[in-house]
Amino acid sequence: MGNIALSTPEVPVPTRGLDRKQTWLERLRKGDEALHLITFAGGWSIIVITALLVQHLWVYSRLARHAFGWHFLFTSTWDPVNGLFGAWPFVYGTIVTSILALAIAIPIGLGSAIFLAELAPRSLSNGLTFLIELLAAVPSVIYGLVGIFLLIPVLSTAMPYFQKVFGWLPIFQGTFYGVSYFSAAVVLAIMVVPFIVSISREVLLAVPISQREAMMALGATKWEVTWKTVVPYARQGIMGSIFLSLARALGETMAVTMVIGNVAQVSTSLLAPGYTIAAVIANEFTEATGDLYLHALIELGLVLFAVTMIINALARLLMLTMKGHEVAA
Amino acid sequence: MSASYPSRTRKIVNYTMLSLTGLCTLLVVSVLFTILAYLLWHGAHALNLNFFIKLPAPVGQGGGGVANAIIGTLKLLALASLIGVPIGLIGGIYLSEFAGGWSGFAVRYTTDLLNGVPSVVMGIFVYTLVVLPMHHFSTLAGGIALGIMMIPIALRSTEDFLRAVPRSLREGGLALGASKSETIFTIVIPAAIYGIITGVMLDIARVAGETAPLLFTAFGNQFNSPGWMQPTSSLPVVIYNYAISPYDEWHQQAWAAGFVLLSGLLAVSILARVVLARGKKLSHG
Amino acid sequence: MIRRLLALALITTASAFAQPISLTGAGSTFAYPLYSSWASQYQKLHSNVEVNYQSIGSGGGIRQLIAGTVDFGATDGPMTDQQLTEAQQKRGTAILHFPTALGADVPAYNIAGVNTELKFTPAALAGIYLGKITKWNDAEIQKANPGVKLPNAGIIVVHRSDGSGTTYCWVDYLSKVSAEWKSKIGVGTSVNWPVGLGGKGNEGVSGLIRRLPNSIGYIELIYAIQNHIQYGDVQNSSGKFVKADLNTVTEAAAGATKTMPADFRVSITNSPGAQAYPISTYTWLLIPEKLSDQTKAKALKAFLQWALTDGQRYTTPLAYAPLPRVVVQKELQQMKKLQY
Repeated sequence: MGNIALSTPEVPVPTRGLDRKQTWLERLRKGDEALHLITFAGGWSIIVITALLVQHLWVYSRLARHAFGWHFLFTSTWDPVNGLFGAWPFVYGTIVTSILALAIAIPIGLGSAIFLAELAPRSLSNGLTFLIELLAAVPSVIYGLVGIFLLIPVLSTAMPYFQKVFGWLPIFQGTFYGVSYFSAAVVLAIMVVPFIVSISREVLLAVPISQREAMMALGATKWEVTWKTVVPYARQGIMGSIFLSLARALGETMAVTMVIGNVAQVSTSLLAPGYTIAAVIANEFTEATGDLYLHALIELGLVLFAVTMIINALARLLMLTMKGHEVAA
Repeated sequence: MSASYPSRTRKIVNYTMLSLTGLCTLLVVSVLFTILAYLLWHGAHALNLNFFIKLPAPVGQGGGGVANAIIGTLKLLALASLIGVPIGLIGGIYLSEFAGGWSGFAVRYTTDLLNGVPSVVMGIFVYTLVVLPMHHFSTLAGGIALGIMMIPIALRSTEDFLRAVPRSLREGGLALGASKSETIFTIVIPAAIYGIITGVMLDIARVAGETAPLLFTAFGNQFNSPGWMQPTSSLPVVIYNYAISPYDEWHQQAWAAGFVLLSGLLAVSILARVVLARGKKLSHG
Repeated sequence: MIRRLLALALITTASAFAQPISLTGAGSTFAYPLYSSWASQYQKLHSNVEVNYQSIGSGGGIRQLIAGTVDFGATDGPMTDQQLTEAQQKRGTAILHFPTALGADVPAYNIAGVNTELKFTPAALAGIYLGKITKWNDAEIQKANPGVKLPNAGIIVVHRSDGSGTTYCWVDYLSKVSAEWKSKIGVGTSVNWPVGLGGKGNEGVSGLIRRLPNSIGYIELIYAIQNHIQYGDVQNSSGKFVKADLNTVTEAAAGATKTMPADFRVSITNSPGAQAYPISTYTWLLIPEKLSDQTKAKALKAFLQWALTDGQRYTTPLAYAPLPRVVVQKELQQMKKLQY
């Protein structure tokens, strides 16, 4: 394309008119391809970085993977002295705390989102949402700080009364030391509620007013309109926010390790101390004596990465189909 | 229809459930206020001049501060921005202006993937990538870890704000004879600049609080870290170490550090939204 | 003339802004109060040397030393032969153990209503940590403390969640006094604890003991003192109940001084001696024989020299016992092995 220059005869370079020597900006014109290349490199560098990350996790966990295979996920022993590593206590702890956190956060978060989207006057709704979104900016370590010095003492004083009522359930048995799955779940719930509120509120607001009007025309109460029409319509977006919160809760490190007790055991009682994958990595990484130990921890990291990757993919899928739903409607 | 339509049961259910939602909101907002108030109360008590200008005192002695942690955090954030922001911006321009079908999908999907990586796993990655080959912990490693964490958000927010610029502006530029790159640099980016700046600010605020990746990269330092190649202290790590320690004075300093960190983050978050609102007003007004 | 003045000015300003020599070390939380004091004192004497010591646990110190990410390590549980070989392979240098001070693991507790010093028999401590003794008013504990009203409350056992030399000293002692412990659990910086909560570092364990009523944990003496935590007496091999302090710890080391192995890796738990405190230990600095950075190497050597001589006067204010002179002499000899 650009070979015309070769056939142009030698002429003095003009300084005015359309044939003038091009300024820097005009030379950028030729730079369209260069810009494309640079931005392409920038975009694909992310793919390179991610590939490198996966590769490093894979390579640096090989000793553990070869030693334990799939049994790694289901063995309960974590014995650094004898080189026996099993991930089950941490997988269990991660799942239990995250599920419990969601069980607490979803009703409260959804309830707040409904209030803010359907009931509150717009200015109040905007103001409160702004404040709640600020909660999302609070770092994990500060949640941990508040967890240790405020939440745990509060829970410790309240727990004897709680156990009088619910202590017959196996999940609420045993002495409460303050640090436990339950405390970690409460802290996690506080951390993910802002996401559920923010995203759910947005999708609820996006529900077309025609849906609401139709229900009202049929004589429904406000609650029935909300619960039977608006929320189901926004169902996929809400589910997406839940999955996103789950992914966040699974990977949370600092707040959890400060309030969960850091004991590698599997316990049916929620009031017992436990451990999660992220917490054990943070605690034991810099001092894993011996390569097998280190590789076992990195394999835990690989497991966590795989799980969060799957959850995030599901969340994205849901959000995408939500958008599709809107277009179809 | 009778005068009691809808039925009393349905009315009761209506009032109860709606009140419950109000209670939920109240609960969430009060939790926020409790955390902030508690932090303010305990943190403000421990704030004094020593806190800001002194280095940590030996264990058991009083009068120390966290000057090295504050400087360390600032250095780490500067380095992280240097790494994360340019890549995020350039990638965002790519996705918004150039990317075709599958290439754009690949980059977008991978960006979301990278965004979802737990921070502790990122710490492992940078430990094996930077710390082990270099044979020491360093501010550089910490900066790289935080920088990589910044990329996805910077990229997606840049892309979103660039996409939001109306096509008509781009077409106008091209119609006037500008090349694609000229249009991007002189028309599209300036139109989206407020949003992009907001995105970057929120991004920095997000990584400023990250602790886990720093545990295996920047490590820690009771003195000021000279240059970029030595381990460094940082506010989040100091908060963590002091919070789990038994010393009351360190607890005080943890509160104060938490207060300083959170105030900084909230200030940046609020400022970012103000910038965005201003930008929206300018483009619509 | 002006040129010379300028040159002089440049040199002086350059040296004023000279980068300080930063030595990075990591490991034992047991010795952290001592090392942080040393780092601070040493910096006052040599303003351009910063000894950056990170308290991450002995296991961590050994790990990072072998990986080569720190200049020196610190531990209260000596490196095993396997670890030494690994270090040789990975870093291409031998690691030398240098004892720096003597300290003690104390059984620290927080029992509601009990403000006296409890006496613990070896069987009591082993039983508690094996999970066999679960209540404070158990016979084994009560019989050694006849006048004390112990509550009928569950014992909350606290141990280390990280790899620890403090743990090593504790389980080394338990293995010597309890055959069951030795066969079931064994010795190491990290063990498979039958019961208990994990705290990170001596700091974390102290924090947990302070916060949880009816808890017991093992921590270095200075942590109990600085944090006003009650700690008990332990029955030694002569049958006497001994409290950990400078004299009892020094006596524990006295027996082993003559038989100190050449590489200084010795255990002094449950040592003979009427007044010896049975859960005492040396704490070591782990110094590589070869260091590539000569500036750092010289600074490290100078710091070590200071620590073994002048630095010893900072041990007693922090409740560590200073090194016996005989041991210091042997160590100064070993310093000749350092290839810098």
